[in-house]
Amino acid sequence: MSTSDLYQAVILDHNRSPRNFHPMEGADRRVEGYNPLCGDRLTLWLKLDGGRVADASFEGQGCAVSRAAASLMTAAVKGRTTAEAEALADRFTALVTGRLPDGAAEREPLGKLAVFEGVAKFPLRVKCATLSWHALRAGLRGEGVVTTD
Amino acid sequence: MMAGQGSRVEGQAREGAGVSLDPRPLTLDCRSDFPILSQRVNGRRLAYLDSAASAQKPRAVLDAMTAFQETAYANIHRGVHTLAERATVAYEGARARVARFVGADDPAEVVFVRGTTEAVNLVANSWGAANLKPGDAVLVTALEHHANIVPWQLLAGRTGLRLIPCPVTDAGDVDLAAWERLLDAEPVKLAAFLHVSNAIGTVNPAREMAAMARARGARVLVDAAQAVVHLPTDVRALGADFLCFSGHKLYGPSGIGVLWARRELLEAMPPWQGGGDMIRSVSFAGTTFAEPPSRFEAGTPAITEAVGLAAALDWLEGVGIERAAAHERGLVEEALARLAELPGLRVIGTPRERAAVISFVMDGVHPHDVGQLLDEEGVAVRVGHHCAQPAMERFGVPATARASFAAYSDAEDVEQLVRGLGRVREIFA
Repeated sequence: MSTSDLYQAVILDHNRSPRNFHPMEGADRRVEGYNPLCGDRLTLWLKLDGGRVADASFEGQGCAVSRAAASLMTAAVKGRTTAEAEALADRFTALVTGRLPDGAAEREPLGKLAVFEGVAKFPLRVKCATLSWHALRAGLRGEGVVTTD
Repeated sequence: MMAGQGSRVEGQAREGAGVSLDPRPLTLDCRSDFPILSQRVNGRRLAYLDSAASAQKPRAVLDAMTAFQETAYANIHRGVHTLAERATVAYEGARARVARFVGADDPAEVVFVRGTTEAVNLVANSWGAANLKPGDAVLVTALEHHANIVPWQLLAGRTGLRLIPCPVTDAGDVDLAAWERLLDAEPVKLAAFLHVSNAIGTVNPAREMAAMARARGARVLVDAAQAVVHLPTDVRALGADFLCFSGHKLYGPSGIGVLWARRELLEAMPPWQGGGDMIRSVSFAGTTFAEPPSRFEAGTPAITEAVGLAAALDWLEGVGIERAAAHERGLVEEALARLAELPGLRVIGTPRERAAVISFVMDGVHPHDVGQLLDEEGVAVRVGHHCAQPAMERFGVPATARASFAAYSDAEDVEQLVRGLGRVREIFA
């Protein structure tokens, strides 16, 4: 178990320069996400258009894993249907909890998100990686606040 | 930084003058008393710098608990058989040991609880519920641990009390002028404050704060969870009515803690949990309750843990609490000097007096990432809000990394911490 599995270059890059890191005017959904364990919090904004995620952005405080996960999540779900976004959330959660079956075919749909595979070796950090995805699910379902508990 | 205790100890060591002549060197070397510290973590020497969260246990404590379980364990206060007698004697002996440790005359003033949190909850639910009326104020500080905030908030919903936080300065000291002003301006029935801040290490002027409160007729609760292990405790000199602490921060086991309270207060307080061992007699027409401390110890308590706590106090007083504090102070000073050399690292709080706690943040690196990378170097620190979110908010940080020191800490721990932080900086450059 080495932290180099966790702190991949892509994750460090998205931590340093998070994408879609701003509030959104005219959003359809605004979700507050909290991790009560560590005090991390984020706000996620979604613009929905005809069953698709037209736009996504976030702001908040968190560790490199949670910040990079939120950054990559917003980039990954833009343009997807809500059903596709939910499916991606499920696949991502399976990846970081070590429940995704082996094989490239299972990872291919994740694209860049596959860099989070190392999180599975650090059970205490799973919630860091999934906070923004919890918020996404809540937003797609019309809920406003979510915690990792 | 432990100015009072530390300098006095040094003075004794150098000049051989003073009340307690301790010819032993000020630098402790007791790491080998702690079996857990001999292991390697992630292939590295373990630098355990998380003692403020929970201290490790010396062999003497582990052995005392095992010996008790192997030769004397039974339920207490109930049986007439030999083991019941032995266990009761050991448990009540532990109570007397704790009384001596805090400077109480009467072991009946020592109530065993699970820890500091339960001690505060006991006071809130028993004394607080019986004595606090709508509009009454409970005065705390902005540095409190959640354990001394939330029980009062829960009680506020039932009684209408108001919880008032006293501000702290930018340095991290309680604003004593504000403390006095709030005591004058508000109907404060209880001043409840931590002696040592777990979040940033401030040692509060507890005697002064207590005296100000008592002079205005308020009761005084001291959360001594972080203090008892670094400062000699004397409840009478402190001027406290209630003193709360945990065994596990004192080199003892978790699951045992102490509420010390003045006898006359305990005698007037109603029970807060009902069950076995806390009654005088029970019938369906009505129940009468036992005298303190039994009245507040419903059910089978943590018997072995009480024995372990007594052994921990023996160990600590054998080492010498002031000697341990002086040792820790030296390490904290060394660590502060070394951390000051690291670019982008900021220590939170510069209190007048600091216990063995250093809270810090690094530019561009979240404390969780600091903690994760330090762990890989064998360095254990606490990261997060330290169950003191209002204190974090006061200093404008969501979380910090915290290195805390104990009697078994040494210069190599500091070295490993500094090296580890250098590596964090490299990775997050």
